[in-house]
Amino acid sequence: MTCANEELVQMAKTIRRDIMEMAFKAGGATHPGPALSSADIVTALYFKVMNVRPDEPGWADRDRLILSKGHASPVIYASLAEKGYFDKDLIYTLRFPGSILQGHPDMKKTPGVDMTTGSLGHGLSAGLGMALALKLRKSAARVYVILGDGELDEGIVWEAAMSASNFGADNLTAIVDYNHFQSGGCTDEIQCLEPLVDKWKAFGWRVFEANGHDMYDIVNKLEMAKMSICTPTVIIAHTTKGKGVSYMENNDDWHQRMPTEAEYLQALKELE
Amino acid sequence: MLEMDKISTRQAFGNAVLRLAEQDENIIAVAADTGKSMGLGGMAKKFPKRVIDVGIAEQNMMTLAAGAASVGNLVFAASYSVFTCMRALEEVRTFIAYPNLNVKVAGGMAGLSGSIEGVTHQSLEDVSFMRSIPNMVVVVPADAASTEVIVEEVSKQYGPAYIRLGRYEVPKVFDNSYKFTVGKANVMKEAGKDAAIICNGVMVGRSIEAEKILAAKGYNVKLIEMPCVKPLDEQCIIDAAKEAGAIVTVEEHSIIGGLGSAVAEVVVQNCPVPMKLVGVKDIFAESATHEKLLDLYGLSVQDIVNAVEDIIRQK
Repeated sequence: MTCANEELVQMAKTIRRDIMEMAFKAGGATHPGPALSSADIVTALYFKVMNVRPDEPGWADRDRLILSKGHASPVIYASLAEKGYFDKDLIYTLRFPGSILQGHPDMKKTPGVDMTTGSLGHGLSAGLGMALALKLRKSAARVYVILGDGELDEGIVWEAAMSASNFGADNLTAIVDYNHFQSGGCTDEIQCLEPLVDKWKAFGWRVFEANGHDMYDIVNKLEMAKMSICTPTVIIAHTTKGKGVSYMENNDDWHQRMPTEAEYLQALKELE
Repeated sequence: MLEMDKISTRQAFGNAVLRLAEQDENIIAVAADTGKSMGLGGMAKKFPKRVIDVGIAEQNMMTLAAGAASVGNLVFAASYSVFTCMRALEEVRTFIAYPNLNVKVAGGMAGLSGSIEGVTHQSLEDVSFMRSIPNMVVVVPADAASTEVIVEEVSKQYGPAYIRLGRYEVPKVFDNSYKFTVGKANVMKEAGKDAAIICNGVMVGRSIEAEKILAAKGYNVKLIEMPCVKPLDEQCIIDAAKEAGAIVTVEEHSIIGGLGSAVAEVVVQNCPVPMKLVGVKDIFAESATHEKLLDLYGLSVQDIVNAVEDIIRQK
């Protein structure tokens, strides 16, 4: 299933509601702010851009998505559930014993999760390994990696960035969810990333900027990323942490926290 | 004295990987500026695109290996032991072992074989780290011939493994008739009513010499090579404990957490007998030649002989 723009916008709203369901009903506090921040990007990928088969999660030539900022896992679980990888009711088992949905993504437990993540900084290296191996197999599959801005503090991200351009991994696309917050506060104060576009350019990447909440812009940039020769592409997606729920937007208290019933109901109302 | 191997264990590793790569196009090797020094030159020459050298970036190398394995490849990730097992330990644990991916991690210059480079390049803690990670197979070959066999056998079994390798040519213990099965020990000398020596790696050669000295003194000592530290051949250990009533482990590793600890975990729970652990005490070594360091840090043939005589007296 691929969707027209308006349908994508509605799907992103559905996914945000699912994220709030998990935020309120999971077996422990989730990370709703980071998940809401990535919701439009992940929706665009699963429901428009990526070539996947929900009924065949292990299909060898599928496009891959790695959520390097693994703490935002509810956004992936919601998308996979809505896409039909597993029964949607399973989202209510998140963070409970015996669930296929772990606190952070687990490729062996959740159908559709392409790489185990959660220890920050590793998604780009794993994605590069996939991209190079897929090229060796002459597969046309592409690899997408969603990076949090906070995790760009990790040195391994830049090892992988240098390496990806060196190997000409043009089947690799990174998307930076640039919401300017990390666990401890504002990225601009903790470890300023600027000039971020210049950094990626200096590492040999093709760089696009996008409004990470404008579906048309996101899809457009992701499609442009497919048309690359010998160069990996990064999309710096300008986003708002907690996007779509008024009291969570740009409020880092919602990095990891469980809402009260009143907060949960208010969020659902705002996402109608 | 045993004659010396013609090639190092890391070159033997590279030879085995090349043979495997010739048979299976889905075998990839990754390196961190270590393609040449880990014996992968032959494979790089024959299959240049299948040896991915990321430069001096072990964390990237290890995580990249996980990604490549997730696509269905068997991946050999080769660097020096301190870097594969320490700098990139979390990458091995979380991205290779936890998802149970088919990556064989090779650590060269292990033990004291980093030798003249000093402590920065020596690795006396690697087996301890690796064997505590679920899903990992941990092997410690003794010489070049057994390395080639072990690499091929470990590769037949899906899943993560750590292959401990040295730097230089070591005393030749085995030839290409060597047999290896994951999880099985190699009993080199059966009868042993006085004590059993359980050893691996470069210490197999020294243990053979120690056993000869002990035999000349009239002791009857069983000699077991235990190249597979995980999974461990528990039955072999229990049989040795029952038969000999005393065990001495011998390894080029810290006495904390390595082969000796692994054997002791089995002995204390199944058949408690006196044990002595011959290994490097809880201490950092220094720069010197490999052979000299082995002698200086408690791993001489005489150290083994003394440990066995001590344990027999304790029985």
